[in-house]
Amino acid sequence: MPRIRDIAQICKSKNAGPFMVTIDVLFEDPALYRKVKEAGVLSAALFSRLYGVAEEDVLFTPYDTASAFKATLPRLVPAGDIGDTDVYGAQQHAPLLDVEIPL
Amino acid sequence: MNEYRMLSTSGILGYGYAEESLKIGMSWEPHLIGCDGGSTDPGPYYLGAGKSFVSRLSAKRDLRLMLQAAVAAKIPCIIGTAGGAGGAPHLQDTAALVREIAREEGLSFRMALIHSEQSKPSLEERVRLGQTRPLAKMNSLDAETINRAERIVGMMGPEPFNKALDGGAQVILAGRSSDPAQWAGPAIRAGIPPAVAWYAGKMLECGAEPSVPKEPDNIFIRAREDHLVCEPPNPIRRSTPLAVANFALHENSSPIHHTEPGGLLDTSACLFEAISDRAVKVSGMTWTPAEQYTVKLEGVERAGYRAITVCGTRDPVLIGQIDSYLETHREKVRVKAASFGVPPEDYTMVVRTYGKDGVMAAWEPVKAITSHELGFVIEVVGRTQDIANAVLAMARTSMLHADFPGRLCKEGNMAFPFSPSDIELGPMFRFSIFHVVAPRDPYEMFPIEYETV
Repeated sequence: MPRIRDIAQICKSKNAGPFMVTIDVLFEDPALYRKVKEAGVLSAALFSRLYGVAEEDVLFTPYDTASAFKATLPRLVPAGDIGDTDVYGAQQHAPLLDVEIPL
Repeated sequence: MNEYRMLSTSGILGYGYAEESLKIGMSWEPHLIGCDGGSTDPGPYYLGAGKSFVSRLSAKRDLRLMLQAAVAAKIPCIIGTAGGAGGAPHLQDTAALVREIAREEGLSFRMALIHSEQSKPSLEERVRLGQTRPLAKMNSLDAETINRAERIVGMMGPEPFNKALDGGAQVILAGRSSDPAQWAGPAIRAGIPPAVAWYAGKMLECGAEPSVPKEPDNIFIRAREDHLVCEPPNPIRRSTPLAVANFALHENSSPIHHTEPGGLLDTSACLFEAISDRAVKVSGMTWTPAEQYTVKLEGVERAGYRAITVCGTRDPVLIGQIDSYLETHREKVRVKAASFGVPPEDYTMVVRTYGKDGVMAAWEPVKAITSHELGFVIEVVGRTQDIANAVLAMARTSMLHADFPGRLCKEGNMAFPFSPSDIELGPMFRFSIFHVVAPRDPYEMFPIEYETV
């Protein structure tokens, strides 16, 4: 089964304000995006499981016009607070790369 | 056809851009040139300390070329969120830089400074009047939180920029501002509908990000009645539908709803079309004015003082038992700190282990350590700098010399790359205010000062 890292053109994370991190997956080919969407693996439940946050705290939005998925979740620690490891939130995407999509 | 052309030089003033890009961009006859000057992204320190996260030398280089171009073309030059965080010291430092460049280059213009730092009494009054509400999962704003804060800024919308243009300013330096506002305002003033003007602002706020290869550089937007066209001046870059769509997702919790001071930009029906191999047309955005105009507040408070040290181990015996070693280490530091009079409640110690979970902490799904070496950043935040320094020095010594089962490396467990090994980071800040306020109008929180440079 292909993984996200094999089929997506962009997979990235970044702060959305100091308290949230937002993770994006983009596809260049709208047809492939639609297949991934139909597979139903990418969902709020997936992000809840991968990051250990409550599902109701995950804002998950497929964005058809950009062939993209976005998930926004609360950071472990606010940006720059004691114990933060990633002030910009730019390296929190990796668990997604190995997610398998049944196509 | 009404067309308003805007040239943004970089992601942040001081991140740099190719001089050639600016020459080409200016030949496309923009009505406005500018650059975003800041962000909360580098964290709470810069707002608290009143410092910039880019160097004065690189900001001056970027600004000098922009001012020369703007004066030669007789167009406005606007810097939003000046100095990195938009507080009073940030705005004044940027103004000093502009005056210095003008003197060196013999330039003259009318300049506006738009202030955004909010006084504590004014905010207490707004709390009393019930004008504030929390964002994210913050508590309601109260007088105590306001008074604990080191510095608080309001995030202005497009209206103060337009007021400064109406006031005859050619160069505008703004305090904290919503990233797209410095572009959306002048575009709306020129008759471009708000939906297109705001989207244009979003495309311009980070320079060449909506292009490939994605690096700090210029971006050029042509805003028209029902669409905009995005094109990078630098011939080595291209805007593609993927690059533009990717950027539409940037730093926002939703890809389709963008909340701004005066309303909501909806991008759910946007269409990204390549109109050449390097320019993209975006259409279909909508704008819904808000019933209540709101301004976001950002504030930070001092959380203590910080000191850090960096070290690494190459010892396989130690790597094999690193979790229990770090537990022992923490206990040794606690006992020794208490012995010189620092109780545990006076400091927090965090050890980040690179090669294990230094990047993702509790979010790291990979539990097995497969690296032959591990790196550590030991951090101590203390009630005072002296406490932070003292506990950190003890943590460093304990990390180097603590015993562990099966230890062969009896002279020391860690490689320290530097002398001095301990780095004093000074005051540490945390975001404490992240609220919105409903002002009487879009201007009252953002007084404008004019001067002739």
